[in-house]
Amino acid sequence: MAAAEGFAPRDWDSHPPYLSPDYKSTPLRAPTKPLVILPQSLSELTGPVYGQDAVGPLDHDLTKLAAKTAEPNGERIIVAGQVRDEDGRPVPNILLEVWQPNAAGRYNHDDDQHDAPIDPNFLGAGRCVTDDQGRYRFITIKPGAYPWGNHFNAWRPNHIHFSLFGPSILTRLITQMYFPGDPLLELDPIFNGVPAASRQLLVSKLSIELSEPEWALGYEFNICLRGRLATPLET
Amino acid sequence: MAPKQTPSQTIGPYFSYGLTPEQYGYDYKQLVGNTLAEDGVEGITIRGQVFDGNGDSVRDAVIELWQADSQGRYAHARDPRGSNTGFGGFARVGTGTLEGHFFEFHTVKPGAIGDGQAPHITVVVFMRGLLNHVYTRLYFSDEAAANGADPVLAQIGPDRCGTLIAQRQDGADGPVYQFDIHMQGDRETVFFDA
Ligand SMILES: [Fe+3]
Repeated sequence: MAAAEGFAPRDWDSHPPYLSPDYKSTPLRAPTKPLVILPQSLSELTGPVYGQDAVGPLDHDLTKLAAKTAEPNGERIIVAGQVRDEDGRPVPNILLEVWQPNAAGRYNHDDDQHDAPIDPNFLGAGRCVTDDQGRYRFITIKPGAYPWGNHFNAWRPNHIHFSLFGPSILTRLITQMYFPGDPLLELDPIFNGVPAASRQLLVSKLSIELSEPEWALGYEFNICLRGRLATPLET
Repeated sequence: MAPKQTPSQTIGPYFSYGLTPEQYGYDYKQLVGNTLAEDGVEGITIRGQVFDGNGDSVRDAVIELWQADSQGRYAHARDPRGSNTGFGGFARVGTGTLEGHFFEFHTVKPGAIGDGQAPHITVVVFMRGLLNHVYTRLYFSDEAAANGADPVLAQIGPDRCGTLIAQRQDGADGPVYQFDIHMQGDRETVFFDA
């Protein structure tokens, strides 16, 4: 295989293990055999590309995207940050997709039977592409906490789901952004599936600089993707 | 101090309007669906199910494909040959809309990329209960000679490499390749870390 710049491995000190028994959906879905190490060929060094032309003008503004008769209910917030890799380099021109429940903690989804109102002016989905400095910005409604069936009286902390691409299929990442000071975090088996030293990486920061006076609080959520290696991994 | 990788989290059960809105009937345009086509090239269907450790089909998984075009070229700047076909190479589908929780893709069979590997597709799987996505590969049953020479299949060995080979059946609308994904059990699919 030709020497070419490849990607640093997934950092398993930072990612949750597949089997995380307090999260009760993992025991039947976690792979049980060790992952097979795959050398990085052209198939791994490439990945889908979506530029600025892929997103619509309102896709980053979840308060407007699906508003039909009025603004959605709840607390308007700004969520913004920078996507970088482990080497500190900004990751420009990559697609971010987000989804979340509404202010009442209800997803706009048939399977969500939580007894809280659907908001007819809020879908809860959005997307944007990072700029040439790797920066992104969404406007949305602060999502509510919601109950789930994992254990008695289980509630998910407020969170926004994030999906990112990055420069190759290997930098693919789906994660969740949480909010600072949420007392549900210490009770949440999905958040706590992450090794303790890395949990705070998923918690956004209230940012007065990102906030807009008389309009919306801003939360900063920076994201770090896999870095580069001088040569692809060899087995 | 070098920044650390942002930890992965599960996709959860409610991805449909964010990632696959048109497939699930939402009034929001989706960026990517389950269909890829290339002018003048025969289409194929890829069809399968995802099974959990009880052998039950998973109804809330998302499957993504990343593949080269019929000439083995990736639509990406790192492929020195580039693709001039307009073939994007990326597709996505959820398992919640077909009876039996099948996933189905309409695409073309990728060509070999020219480094000794048999034709293959990178498959990425997400679901509730999976805190980090898994990577696997789809190879084709009608490429026996190329598969026999493929270094990745050789590394895996005969016991498990069958889990990566999609079985061709000829349907009325062209070839259908059956590719099931088993998260656990005797037939647990080979998952990769690259
Ligand atoms: Fe959620």
